[in-house]
Amino acid sequence: MKGTETTSVRAGYRRARGIMVSVARFLVVLVTTFLGLLAVTFFIGRVVPIDPVLAIVGDRAPSSVVERIREEMGFNLPLWQQFLIYLKQAVTGDFGISVLTTHPVIEDIGRAFPATLELATVGTLIGAGIGIPFGVIAAVWRDSIVDQIVRIIGLFGYSVPIFWLGLLSLLVFYAQLKWAAYPGRLDIAYEYTFVPITGLYLVDAAWTGQWSIFWDAWRHILLPGALLGYFSLAYISRMTRSFMLNELNQEYIIAARAKGLSEARIIWFHALRNAAVPLVTVVALSYAGLLEGSVLTETVFSWPGLGLYITNSLQNADMNAVLGGTIVIGAVFIGINLFSDLLYKTLDPRTRN
Amino acid sequence: MKRLRLLMTCATVAFMSVLAPQAYAATPTDTLVEAFAIDDIISLDPQEAFELSTAEVTGNTYSLLVRLNVDDPSKLELDLAESWTVSDDGLTYTFKLKPDLKFASGNPITADDFVFSIERLVKLDKSPAFLFNQFGLNGDNVTDMVKAIDPLTISFTVDKPYASSFVLNVMSSAPASVVDKALVTEHALAVTPSDTYKWDTDFGNEWLKTNSAGSGPFNVITWKANEAVVLERNDNYYGEAPALKRVIYRHMKESAGQRLALENGDVDIARNLSPSDLDAVASKSDLAITARPKGTVYYISLNQKNPNLAKPEVIQAMKYLVDYDAIGATLIKGIGTIHQSFLPIGQLGAIEDNPYMLDVAKAKELLASAGLADGFSVTMDVRNTQPVTGIAENFQQTAAEAGITIEIIPGDGKQTLTKYRARQHDIYIGQWGSDYWDPNSNAETFVSNPDNADDASSKTLAWRNAWDPGAMTEETKAALLEMDADKRAAMYVELQKKSQEISPFVMIYQQTENGAYSTKVKGFKLGPSFDTNLLAPISKD
Amino acid sequence: MTAPIETARPYSRAWLLSEEPASRHQAQLGRAYVIWRRFSGNRLAIAGLVIIVALILIAAMAPLIAPHSPVIGDLAGARLRPPLTEGYVLGTDGQGRDILSRLIVGSRITLAVVALVAIIAAPVGLIVGTVSGYAGGWVDAVLMRVTDIFLAFPKLVLALAFVAALGPGIENAIIAIALTSWPPYARIARAETMTFRRSDFIAAVKLMGASPVRIVLKHVMPLCLSSLIVRVTLDMAGIILTAAGLGFLGLGAQPPMPEWGAMIADGRRFILDQWWVAAMPGFAILIVSLGFNLLGDGLRDALDPKEGGQ
Repeated sequence: MKGTETTSVRAGYRRARGIMVSVARFLVVLVTTFLGLLAVTFFIGRVVPIDPVLAIVGDRAPSSVVERIREEMGFNLPLWQQFLIYLKQAVTGDFGISVLTTHPVIEDIGRAFPATLELATVGTLIGAGIGIPFGVIAAVWRDSIVDQIVRIIGLFGYSVPIFWLGLLSLLVFYAQLKWAAYPGRLDIAYEYTFVPITGLYLVDAAWTGQWSIFWDAWRHILLPGALLGYFSLAYISRMTRSFMLNELNQEYIIAARAKGLSEARIIWFHALRNAAVPLVTVVALSYAGLLEGSVLTETVFSWPGLGLYITNSLQNADMNAVLGGTIVIGAVFIGINLFSDLLYKTLDPRTRN
Repeated sequence: MKRLRLLMTCATVAFMSVLAPQAYAATPTDTLVEAFAIDDIISLDPQEAFELSTAEVTGNTYSLLVRLNVDDPSKLELDLAESWTVSDDGLTYTFKLKPDLKFASGNPITADDFVFSIERLVKLDKSPAFLFNQFGLNGDNVTDMVKAIDPLTISFTVDKPYASSFVLNVMSSAPASVVDKALVTEHALAVTPSDTYKWDTDFGNEWLKTNSAGSGPFNVITWKANEAVVLERNDNYYGEAPALKRVIYRHMKESAGQRLALENGDVDIARNLSPSDLDAVASKSDLAITARPKGTVYYISLNQKNPNLAKPEVIQAMKYLVDYDAIGATLIKGIGTIHQSFLPIGQLGAIEDNPYMLDVAKAKELLASAGLADGFSVTMDVRNTQPVTGIAENFQQTAAEAGITIEIIPGDGKQTLTKYRARQHDIYIGQWGSDYWDPNSNAETFVSNPDNADDASSKTLAWRNAWDPGAMTEETKAALLEMDADKRAAMYVELQKKSQEISPFVMIYQQTENGAYSTKVKGFKLGPSFDTNLLAPISKD
Repeated sequence: MTAPIETARPYSRAWLLSEEPASRHQAQLGRAYVIWRRFSGNRLAIAGLVIIVALILIAAMAPLIAPHSPVIGDLAGARLRPPLTEGYVLGTDGQGRDILSRLIVGSRITLAVVALVAIIAAPVGLIVGTVSGYAGGWVDAVLMRVTDIFLAFPKLVLALAFVAALGPGIENAIIAIALTSWPPYARIARAETMTFRRSDFIAAVKLMGASPVRIVLKHVMPLCLSSLIVRVTLDMAGIILTAAGLGFLGLGAQPPMPEWGAMIADGRRFILDQWWVAAMPGFAILIVSLGFNLLGDGLRDALDPKEGGQ
């Protein structure tokens, strides 16, 4: 009939417009959040009570040299002008020259970021690889001894300071037992002969077939990776348990059992698959959290990643580097968070409104 | 459950790999690895850099006209120079170069290279330029004052008849390193002159920040900031070839980390061990320690802008409130010796008297006679590194016993330095390393202050603490021009004694540099300054 | 004749659990009692409560129970003594100071940090969230944008940068942590507000002529409180860990303050031979964080048993 045809066309338009609106909204959120990050980092950069010029010229420089360098680096322009310049540079990826390494900050970050990425990835793999099964078991055998153990492990993960645990694990596993390798990504013998491609040493070594280097890199990443993995595990196992309990209480589980499906199939193939949706967002969030948590871990393990880069630069008043690093971590963090938000909204019908 | 089993197997395999026998690669015998805190390096250009770690690198990659004798720093050795003479009026020095010497690049070493090196030092006008500015050299007259008479003869003119030991000591310091003019000019970048920089070239500064162009026993292969410096043997070296092919300075900030790496054989030498780690290493049979007093002195200074701290009784009292004995026995054990004068032992005229000891009662008396019987409050800027933080905390406790409340304001090196240079501190704890091995370097900064105004151009340590040393400023200048070595020494002894009495500097200790090393390493010795820690004589079994 | 209605004695158990409370007062107390019963049935939650109460007591009586001074050490005589040496139960640190005394006095700092951050961040979050949820429209959009910006930031990195800008010190650390802690509370408050916004009793109060401010303050906010309290308690462990992390990096409390994170940093260089200097403060942090986590878990289970899949 004529009426229904028009209605369905109109409905089509409405839906298309709806999708465009959500996409537009998402982009607006992304852009404003990123702008906010830039504003905050700029503010931080200009309010710091360290004289960045001193970092360039050193302690002994006469004042004429100091003044000259100050002028050359543009620190005498009015604040708002500096911010606009800053915005333009940030968007084009020009974070300035690192005062310390005399290389462009973006280059330094390019070298340091893969190290953090690798560490966070190993940590998340361990965390998810162990955490999800643990969470499932804890949910299935609720209130049993296994459940208690899982919950205690999780509880400790939330309560223990990561840097302290890192120090103690270095003491035990490196100093006393000599199981782990010393802080760094590779043994010194390999360090200056190995040419990285992506910066992810495990990937690079495997790709070029240098297996001795692969094992060496693995031995070095194991301890800090396991540490981060523990924290990831605490969070993921707890959330898995909670999601699984939700699922196992649903009616379709009873129906499946009535149908005669094996318990293992029900748990792993049906309940877990349904819990996988929010679980993916949890893993993404955990990954973002590890990127941030690596700041302290990298300090303890002298892991040359972005976290160590930022703390080092802070202590040397290398504000270009600090801000560049913060923006990169911040951007990745924001990106993952917003993305997982988006995922959750689209996949969970309850919050679609 | 199958998935679980699979997971468990994977995990077991992963952890088993760790337990496998240590097949890690030991460093080969022609490679030396030193664990050293090198995060102070900002550039490898010898005419730009002035940091201690850089001095060690340039000391091994460049040559000088004259060098300090490592064992007896009061003597000078000839390096590139064959001989030197000074004119009767004390103003012109003539150096003759040894013939047929080459740079690492293969280019011959000529007088032009030295002239070029000094020219770029003065014209680039970076931190170390003042060393030669003090001879009256500046960007406009440098090419007249420093000339190549012929390919092997250099003429160097100064503006006043300084003590020749002074001039030669400055010539032996790192900024006077001879760079390869041809190689550096190849990499020079064109620059548009501006108000602040008059020249149209950068003299290769950009390139030399990360490369070396010298004639020393080693060349720089890589410098990764805050990570490592890698040196390789210079096969064109004119002297005795070093036994090592490669030297890696690996940055490790933590003493505990360095010690572990040393004990496990991951590094051969550890340079920044703390007192407790030194103790632990000393008891190991396959490790040894070498030590050398360095030309660096640590002090607490009192800003004279603070009215309480400007009182002479308070200055004296502060000197009685440091627990020298306890600090010497614990916090700086092995890394320093108590030394209460501003000249480090080993320099001409240095005295070794330590007249002060902890005496709270006496300090209280002095404070009372200044009208401060109830004590007062004051802040103290402290860099958060050891042992400085420990000493500051201890000082805080002993001062409290006399009624002085000290609030510690920690900061990172650059933060505290910014405040200090702006004279905005109350009490500061810091260190001073001599720029060259001559008493003038320290005298000039501790007891000389030509202009105490806020906008003065000469910012000596005395200036930073707003202290006017009175007649001592002139006496320092006079000592610089005294030709007779004994008379000169006596003048510095006078200056130190007076300073101990009235200056607002509480001198605490002189640094001892340590190197803990595996007994496989032979020939490892430390020199009096960082640019005399030589790698060439070292070999490994 | 009908039997006389049994009225329970006031404040007795039956009175509290009565299905038909006679007054608002009785209803509130009754509800509190039910929550308490649920809470106390949970042994772990009680353990958490005990830990926190112990922390408060220790902090309150710190100067009285500390055996030695936390700031004056015996440098020459008692440096780096191991635990269980005479007079020094947990050993001494690099300045010869008693570690147990430092931990006891340091508990005050820990408590202060947690309390101040909660006092600053929670009300801010509550206000922003309720206003945003109730007002809706562009006010909601703007406030939520600001909240999301802060929420999306990496907390530790941002706190690090803030403290670096403001200068190291415990006050600045507190401000920095508070600045990055309020967004989740705003989110929670907003979510709760939006659930109640359209409910009948709010409509009723509106009809009675109450102004929006009054509605938000007197009616909406109290409803958000229970979720907020749970979240704040759970966050406290994280706040302690962040403060300790800042202290570890040298950006928190300054010497000679016995802040636990700074103590770990201080003990780091002795880790190989005198491990207790760094280990003991870590244990203290662990126990206190555990306490807050257990307490928070218990509160959540008690206040809303449906959450957490219990």
